[in-house]
Amino acid sequence: MFRRATLLIPQNVGSDQVRGMATLKAIAMRLKSVKNIQKITQSMKMVSAAKFNRAERELKVARPYGAGTVEFFEKANVQPLEDKPQQLIIACSSDRGLCGAIHSNICKHIKALLATDTSNAAILCIGDKSRAQLSRVLANNIVAQVGEVGRTPATFEDAAKITTFILNSGIDYGSGKIIYNRFRTVVSYDTLELPIHTAASINAAEKIGVYDSLDADVIQSYLEYSLTSLLFFTLKEGACSEQSSRMTSMDSASKNAGEMIDKLTLTYNRTRQAVITGELIEIISGAAAV
Amino acid sequence: MQPISEVTGASTGIARGDIVELTSIHKSSRMFARTASTLVRQVSRAGTRAYSDAPMAFTFASQSQVFYNKENVRQVDVPSFSGSFGILPSHVPSLAILKPGVLTVFEADGATKKFFVSSGIVSINEGSTVQILAEEAAGVEDLDLASAKDVLSKAHSDANSASSEEAKAEALIAVEVAEELVKAAESR
Repeated sequence: MFRRATLLIPQNVGSDQVRGMATLKAIAMRLKSVKNIQKITQSMKMVSAAKFNRAERELKVARPYGAGTVEFFEKANVQPLEDKPQQLIIACSSDRGLCGAIHSNICKHIKALLATDTSNAAILCIGDKSRAQLSRVLANNIVAQVGEVGRTPATFEDAAKITTFILNSGIDYGSGKIIYNRFRTVVSYDTLELPIHTAASINAAEKIGVYDSLDADVIQSYLEYSLTSLLFFTLKEGACSEQSSRMTSMDSASKNAGEMIDKLTLTYNRTRQAVITGELIEIISGAAAV
Repeated sequence: MQPISEVTGASTGIARGDIVELTSIHKSSRMFARTASTLVRQVSRAGTRAYSDAPMAFTFASQSQVFYNKENVRQVDVPSFSGSFGILPSHVPSLAILKPGVLTVFEADGATKKFFVSSGIVSINEGSTVQILAEEAAGVEDLDLASAKDVLSKAHSDANSASSEEAKAEALIAVEVAEELVKAAESR
């Protein structure tokens, strides 16, 4: 019957119904896929909400840790040395996407930093995403990439591994920056930079004279430990902002999918009704003709 | 416990003296800290310099727990590689590296708390701010002697079976931490 109807259509009703039939199927498929996408985004939101709770709890502990590390460098007024322009830039992102502009904000920040001069920068990418984005424009500056970030919450051991790598890699830097996302609220974060220092810049610091009983060993150990704890702190901040951002973006994705589903359902029902009406008209007018 | 010590020990490259010597330093400097604190009290009473009256902003945290966050305490005794020492308010600014051992905090209300620390850093800044960041820390009362001894015997067997120089050094650091852990657990 359907086949006959499609055969008859060109002469009788015009091309509307061909489109109606074809779009009905297309709309049904589209509707189904949007519904599936909504299911996925909803469950991703639930997962990241759970992960976010944990990340926030851990961040509360990590913050005094980070603040405690920064305090010495601020109080002693440690500044990067001007005669050594080599910079180490650490991009603190992760492996997972679908979390708003978390990773691209970090990469944008780095691109802006190196907009004029890229010759003296070595970039260490923590996580796949920053490497993927930065390798398009700053491929020559990337010295290393840390993989497998973000699957499980970062630990102090992870940070220690990164520090050990930096120390053993022989990257020669006069100053450094960690670019990370600082968590503010569930819907907002700031992309900030945290300075890292070298033994030379500590020794040249303005107020280092007031510090008692410092020898090279102590300063070196202190630096290594403080780099680890800074990395630990930024990894925690990054993880928390990432989960919160994923939560909000998945929430709005689910809402958008919901809107699409509503619209598509409406169109689907209208088209179905139009097809039924068309078929009824055919039947009735066929019966009347006999 | 092992990865922790691996980090600080291996990367800091601090030469470790034998334990006997360190404990003797520990004792003597502790005595010194005590005489210093009495001295300080006398001085402050004389009214020339207000040492222990100034509040101290003391932060003590491990990677998974914050014990003190900018709180005012009277004194902190810290085990460090340059010998154990006591920190009073208005201590001269300094940096130090934590050694595995027991850290004692004398709180403002007179209570004394003891913590076991594995490793970490101490920074004393101008304006009486003190930060102690430990890699692992726990209240001494939370330590379990039996499991501390297990850790020690495991560390010993690791040290004996270590094949490379590096593994051996790491295992010896683990032994040192475990020995202090057992001592701390016994002392409570």
